[in-house]
Amino acid sequence: MSAKIRKIVTFVEETVTEMGRAVDPPTRRAAAVAVIENPLAGKYVEDLSELMTIGEELGELLTQRAIAALGIAGPSAESYGKAAAVGENGELEHAAAILHPKLGTPVRKVLGKGAALIPSSKKLGGLGVVLDIPLGHKDAAYVRSHFDGMEVRINDAPRANEIMVAIAVTDSGRPLARVGGLTKDQIKGEDGLR
Amino acid sequence: MPEVNVRKRVLAVEEIFHEGGPVALRPLQRAAALTVIRNPFAGSYVENIEGLMNDLKPLGLEMAHSLVKALGGDVRSIEGYGKGAIVGSAGEIEHGALWHVPGGYAMREVLGDAKAIVASTKKVGGPGTRLDVPITHINASYVRSHFDAMEVGIADAPRADEIVLALVMTTGARVHARVGGLKASEIKGEDGLR
Repeated sequence: MSAKIRKIVTFVEETVTEMGRAVDPPTRRAAAVAVIENPLAGKYVEDLSELMTIGEELGELLTQRAIAALGIAGPSAESYGKAAAVGENGELEHAAAILHPKLGTPVRKVLGKGAALIPSSKKLGGLGVVLDIPLGHKDAAYVRSHFDGMEVRINDAPRANEIMVAIAVTDSGRPLARVGGLTKDQIKGEDGLR
Repeated sequence: MPEVNVRKRVLAVEEIFHEGGPVALRPLQRAAALTVIRNPFAGSYVENIEGLMNDLKPLGLEMAHSLVKALGGDVRSIEGYGKGAIVGSAGEIEHGALWHVPGGYAMREVLGDAKAIVASTKKVGGPGTRLDVPITHINASYVRSHFDAMEVGIADAPRADEIVLALVMTTGARVHARVGGLKASEIKGEDGLR
């Protein structure tokens, strides 16, 4: 592991009722977040490949943590998302280097499939910054019941020379989803969209 | 015993490897179990509220068990604990105080012979309110290495007529504890203090 990890935090949310109505089965989502040292903090570095490799490692580690927290096998996951927050001595491009080139392949390997783009967000911020991780169905981005987002934050991260990297995985869509659109039983799963 | 109306459960687990110093041989783990319940007293002044303490006992036990499980399943590895509550805006701080007995005794029951009072805090607040749950050693409140706190909160809770109930457990001292005072190895374990 080339990432220097200070801490890993996992969150699991389970919604069992909404507006007094039972959510049956309950909707469940998990996020695994690693706080790592930013090896490129404080200077401009042209070649970001070190961060790309870290992204690849964290893609597997955090996806494994998230499905373990949900207690499900990878193929049972329904939606996913990723996000990163760079501490103030880094640049937004550092988040991009972790999230985009290499992180997705191991995520999809752990989850079995994953034809859809992994929705993402990124920002630069201080300690306690809020990350809203976008969520979309892993095999068909247009599944409307699974458009969602999960908020995570860690009060003591990211420090100036750190990066927070988050992966969220669910086994369900929104609680009481009822705004129509493509449903998960209509997925063709060929192009990642429908 | 009236059923407690649960909307949502959240579990957060932190695994802390270091904080700029030597990497811990055994990472410190801290976990928080949060449950969002409907506040049966929201919206009006109710004189007699004590019955809810009994009603919350099964929930307290469920949350305490989930923390032990999240921290590896062995009650002997639990060294610190704390509790707290966030009452939604249509309730009063006294409603949060109802959590002291069922929350605290649930953890002491699950942990077997924990002697120290369970440190606690509470407040009234809106959705997304953060609560710093204090943590102390389970057998001796004066153990300085175990004074700690874990920040918790849920983006969408508590709504006005809800209460967020929190229990926290940890597996050890602060990751780089070095400010002296009573050590865990010096606990007499008679009065819950030293």
